[in-house]
Amino acid sequence: MTRKHRLLLFLIGAIGAGFVYCAGAGNMPPWTQYRGPYGDVIAGLAVFQRHATDTVNAITYDYRGFDTLGEEFMLFSAVTGVMLLLRPEKDEKDASAKEPRNPASFRDRAALSETVQVFTTAVFGLWVLFGIYIGTHGQLTPGGGFQGGVIIAAAPMLLYIAENTDAFRRIVSHPFVELLEGFGAAAYALIGLAALAVGVPFLTNILPLGTTGNVFSSGTIALISACVGIEVTAAFTLVIFEYLREILSREKNQED
Amino acid sequence: MLAHYPYYIAAWIFLCGLYGIVRSRHLVHTVISLTILQTSTYVLLLAIGFRKGGYAPIFADIHPGVVTVDPIVQALMLTDVVVEATVVALLLAMVVKAHEKGGTTSPDDLRYMRG
Amino acid sequence: MMILGTGLLTLIAVSAFIIVRTDDVTNQLLGLGFYGLLFALMFFVFQAPDVALSQITVGAIALPLMIMLAITRMKHREAVNRAGKKRS
Repeated sequence: MTRKHRLLLFLIGAIGAGFVYCAGAGNMPPWTQYRGPYGDVIAGLAVFQRHATDTVNAITYDYRGFDTLGEEFMLFSAVTGVMLLLRPEKDEKDASAKEPRNPASFRDRAALSETVQVFTTAVFGLWVLFGIYIGTHGQLTPGGGFQGGVIIAAAPMLLYIAENTDAFRRIVSHPFVELLEGFGAAAYALIGLAALAVGVPFLTNILPLGTTGNVFSSGTIALISACVGIEVTAAFTLVIFEYLREILSREKNQED
Repeated sequence: MLAHYPYYIAAWIFLCGLYGIVRSRHLVHTVISLTILQTSTYVLLLAIGFRKGGYAPIFADIHPGVVTVDPIVQALMLTDVVVEATVVALLLAMVVKAHEKGGTTSPDDLRYMRG
Repeated sequence: MMILGTGLLTLIAVSAFIIVRTDDVTNQLLGLGFYGLLFALMFFVFQAPDVALSQITVGAIALPLMIMLAITRMKHREAVNRAGKKRS
């Protein structure tokens, strides 16, 4: 099938699907006039039932907790897949030993100024702190483990940008990161199993709920959010490292 | 027309993403088109749950009982964003591997993978 | 507020088409980062701050970063292969 035929086939399908969709969308309730009962019911109840002021996170980590568990393991298995696919193969290692030390494409940059290097190191701490703040206040204000985790996982890239490659390599290739990833995923499942041990259904909020508005409130919501944060931090750090592994090992070769 | 505007936009973005996948000459282009295709679901979910004059469903500084927009579709979108990231990570790893094994990034040249 | 939202939706529809039409992957990547930020803005306008935050972190940091690293890795591999061929 040539390109032209493929595009023509797509066009016919797109016009047909678009026509049917538009005919159906005309019968949807109009935009800006939400009328389903579920959202209103849960928005009215969540604060009193779970003592969490952020309803969205209460739904994600509690009412729909089982769903989020599946999503968590999806992330876990995706990272495992990335690691399996991008692992260094044996003959590749031999090839990288033989290769010339300085290919032209990696030489054409000027050295970074010291001000930038010092400044990024200072920002690194603030960056991680901000990520922890976002991650631990998920039950009160917008945020939560997932967002905080991605912010923290992006922090080592600051060091890489500032050409502090040694520190970057030490952080992202540490075996502790893999341990953290497993810990985050397992802790989520164990919190769910703890509820079974007490005699209530899986992933029930069994911890004391605390005062609404306190950081240590909302029972398992805050705890699960923290576990998800650990898992996401480790997962994205691992993915970044797997993509950079080859380039990092070459830079190390050049320094030696 | 304007009463259902976001629904039409969602369909448009979906078809745009599909068009990108059909016409792509580079596997990374295919992956980016797929992420654009996926963003159409955000528009659709957002349009379903939105209510004019509704507050954000965060009761940190508003009184419980105030009319808000639907928090359930927002939780669904949150899941969707995470899934998007994981799917892209896995697909890109496959693209990198296909490039290493086959030496090509064009979807049309992947015929060597046929059994 | 509704006018802002409608305008943003139109902008998103237009930029989706432009990104899909772009053939150079690096240009497309820059467009994708901008597109992610547009979505974050739209989530704020439509009262979804939670999703906006995760869209900023994923759409504007994680996705472009991963795609950029993948492209870099493929270019790196090509450079190594070319250098290896030249020597042998």
